Amino acid sequence: MQRIKTFLIAVALTAAAAPAYAAGGHALTYKFEPDSNNIQSAQRGARNFMNYCSGCHSMKHLRYGRLGQDLGIPEDLLKANLMFTSDKPGDHIVSSMPKEEAAKWFGQTPPDLTVETRMRGADWVYNFLMTFYVDSAKHSGVNNLTLPGASMPHVLMDLQGVQVKVEEKAEGHGEEGHGGGHHAGPKFELVQPGKLSPEEYKKFVTDTVNFMHYAAEPGRNARIALGYKVILFLLLFTILAYLMKKEWWKDVH
Amino acid sequence: MSNQGVDPDRRRFLTLSTTVVGGVGVAAAAWPFLASLKPSERAKALGAPVSVDITHLEAGQKLTVAWRGKPVWVVKRTPEMIASLDKVSGDLRDPGSDQKQQPDYAKNESRAIKPEILVMVGSCTHLGCSPTFRPDHPAPEVDANWQGGFYCPCHGSKFDLAGRVYKGVPAPLNLVVPPHRYVDNNTILVGEDQGAA
Amino acid sequence: MAIVPNPYKTTGFLGWIDDRFPLTKLWKDHLSEYYAPKNFNFWYYFGSLALLVLVNQLLTGIWLVMHYKPDAAVAWDSVEYIMRDVPYGNILRYLHSTGASAFFVVVFLHMYRGLLYGSYRKPRELVWLFGALIFLVLMAEAFCGYVLPWGNMSYWGANVIINLFGTIPVIGPDLVVWIQGDYFPSDATLGRLFSLHVIFLPFVLVALVVAHLIALHEVGSNNPDGVEIKKHKDPKTGIPLDGIAFHPYYTVKDVVGVGVFLIIFLGIVFFAPDGGGWLLEKPNFTPANPLATPEHITPAWYFGSFYAMLRATPSIAGSALPGVIVMFGGVAVLFLVPWLDRSPVKSIRYKGKLSKIALALFTIAFVLLSYYGMQPPSPAGTLISQIGTIVYFAFFFLMPFYTKLEKTKPEPERVTHAAH
Repeated sequence: MQRIKTFLIAVALTAAAAPAYAAGGHALTYKFEPDSNNIQSAQRGARNFMNYCSGCHSMKHLRYGRLGQDLGIPEDLLKANLMFTSDKPGDHIVSSMPKEEAAKWFGQTPPDLTVETRMRGADWVYNFLMTFYVDSAKHSGVNNLTLPGASMPHVLMDLQGVQVKVEEKAEGHGEEGHGGGHHAGPKFELVQPGKLSPEEYKKFVTDTVNFMHYAAEPGRNARIALGYKVILFLLLFTILAYLMKKEWWKDVH
Repeated sequence: MSNQGVDPDRRRFLTLSTTVVGGVGVAAAAWPFLASLKPSERAKALGAPVSVDITHLEAGQKLTVAWRGKPVWVVKRTPEMIASLDKVSGDLRDPGSDQKQQPDYAKNESRAIKPEILVMVGSCTHLGCSPTFRPDHPAPEVDANWQGGFYCPCHGSKFDLAGRVYKGVPAPLNLVVPPHRYVDNNTILVGEDQGAA
Repeated sequence: MAIVPNPYKTTGFLGWIDDRFPLTKLWKDHLSEYYAPKNFNFWYYFGSLALLVLVNQLLTGIWLVMHYKPDAAVAWDSVEYIMRDVPYGNILRYLHSTGASAFFVVVFLHMYRGLLYGSYRKPRELVWLFGALIFLVLMAEAFCGYVLPWGNMSYWGANVIINLFGTIPVIGPDLVVWIQGDYFPSDATLGRLFSLHVIFLPFVLVALVVAHLIALHEVGSNNPDGVEIKKHKDPKTGIPLDGIAFHPYYTVKDVVGVGVFLIIFLGIVFFAPDGGGWLLEKPNFTPANPLATPEHITPAWYFGSFYAMLRATPSIAGSALPGVIVMFGGVAVLFLVPWLDRSPVKSIRYKGKLSKIALALFTIAFVLLSYYGMQPPSPAGTLISQIGTIVYFAFFFLMPFYTKLEKTKPEPERVTHAAH
């Protein structure tokens, strides 16, 4: 029994080490946890994505129809507000930008974003959208703390405003909410306000990333819901099987 | 081995209930495997309704579109062709279209929403070949009383200009009228029922 | 025409079958009259669980092949197609990807059980050898399967592993090109790995599993005490006194094990199929890119220990061959185990202190190697891996000495078993 315990503890320790491993080397400026149950947020995020991102970035594995179905958007609203490149709900979300031209303009083709949050992590994408800052050394005039040297211009500057990087350690920066609290790292200072207040912008980015988190695995919520049923069933089965085993093993002395 | 403490009823009950619950579990586990064989979202997207523009379709002509991988014909029938439907009724297996081979809104003499426009799945009800459009008549090599229609080259099944099957041929049923509706006068949406949004 | 009635005197439909096919014989030989020691403990669940995982892999594999496209241009897309467009496709895929890891967990524990209780000792050498072959084929199978999604980690994993063959003197570079069928891992490579993964290796795997079980049922199962139950038989029935029929006693026991296993396994499948990046690596969510290696290129966790041995071994005379030899040696040494153990007793319960210390050090070394095999290279990691590699091999190669030298406890005549 002792050995089993030791073994189980070892397994638990290994499992605990997993997230640390997965998080990778560099720490991110903001913490972020996507919320797959907030459908309204994902709906707003879909609108944000279609309006601000889909000009350059495709989501070529996600169908408009699936998106409408999962996020509860009726087809007429879907067609009117979200479907810019197609009128067939069965079509994938492709961008209208010609690939070769885009490569010329930006130095690389804007990547497809269907599973971006699974590749980078939702928190990474959140940080990427939050940490553009003015950098005169760059051709586009902005740089990104999360992805230094990013070829993407700050498309959301109109909304966020212009921020500069302040080289000091931030501590206990007050603002909290939508999962985006500060922790140690470079601090930003807004030098020119955008159309949205910092709070509104944070919400905007949260919505957008929640949508991307949904898009990366549309089957997630259904999978988890099914999981609860499966585990409940297995608990019942295992208890019965255990009682059956006890009964049969009364024969063994 | 002695058997103190063994309760045969309890043993039977627990074995049976574990077996039943386990059996239910195995059956439930089979479901995802079977369900995964249904048409995927891609198949559904590709099988979406097809819109047909008939502005330039001349009387007496046929055009063919693909819907769910099958040919769908749209024939603009002349008044003479419509009149011919009556003449062959006696030779047909199901002249009144009693078999459910068409939506209710096409269960009429001409098997169509508008008598002059025939919309039909071009697959023989025998083994799925696509019959040939034979509007020419008389055609004694096809049928003594041929008034125009469709002739299947595979096994010789014959259909009239409303897709109704002749007696004495291999095909058992009339050709299928697919669900369809008029978006406007000259546009037909194949694959969606009349009255559906 | 009268036929000789079958010895089981079965009648009706079963009798008709038994006259022509040994159905009842198979049932009795392998289940209802296969007598296993009554003192199996926790460690004895993993054999039947390995069988369960094998069935899971075969079934979900058959289903995935229906939708997957082994074509470098569309393979990655076809996986996303399975994940999104195929009904329950994501569940089938997660069952398979998580199943691969589960297979190794279960097989590692199953093999460890063998080391604990000396299940490889005479007369079970062939049982162990078939098992070691299964492990080898399983590693090949896992590697091929890992490449199929053709994500960036798949691609670079294939690149690194195939390049191991490039270290062979003289023919190495040409061999790599031959294995790939191209100058880099490409569509040609994917095609052959796919074929091996879905046809050849599963065939071999299943055949070996059958051989493993036939050999086991011929000699009978070992047990935690490592004593032969066949030495004490009931004089009337010929049944070992410490043996119990596999069916029903171990079938009902294993069913409980299956229940607990499925709760953990399906818990991961349904709630954490990525396994925090251990089961589905993040870089594999971008298609293969021959021009950009992922930041940390690490093998799947189950290869970590062997990969650590590879990295821990320094090059000699500009050749990386020693590392490759050490890595494959780590698997090859398993085949020698039955002849390395010279102890008069089988089970660790009755072995001396030296064996216990050796096994403990081996366990720690294996876990550390697995861990550091997955970490980015670092001086400390390399040092620990080097020590781990030495301990790993010392465990095996010193076995003839420490098992002979130490003082063992006396084995009991009969198995120890406290009725529950």
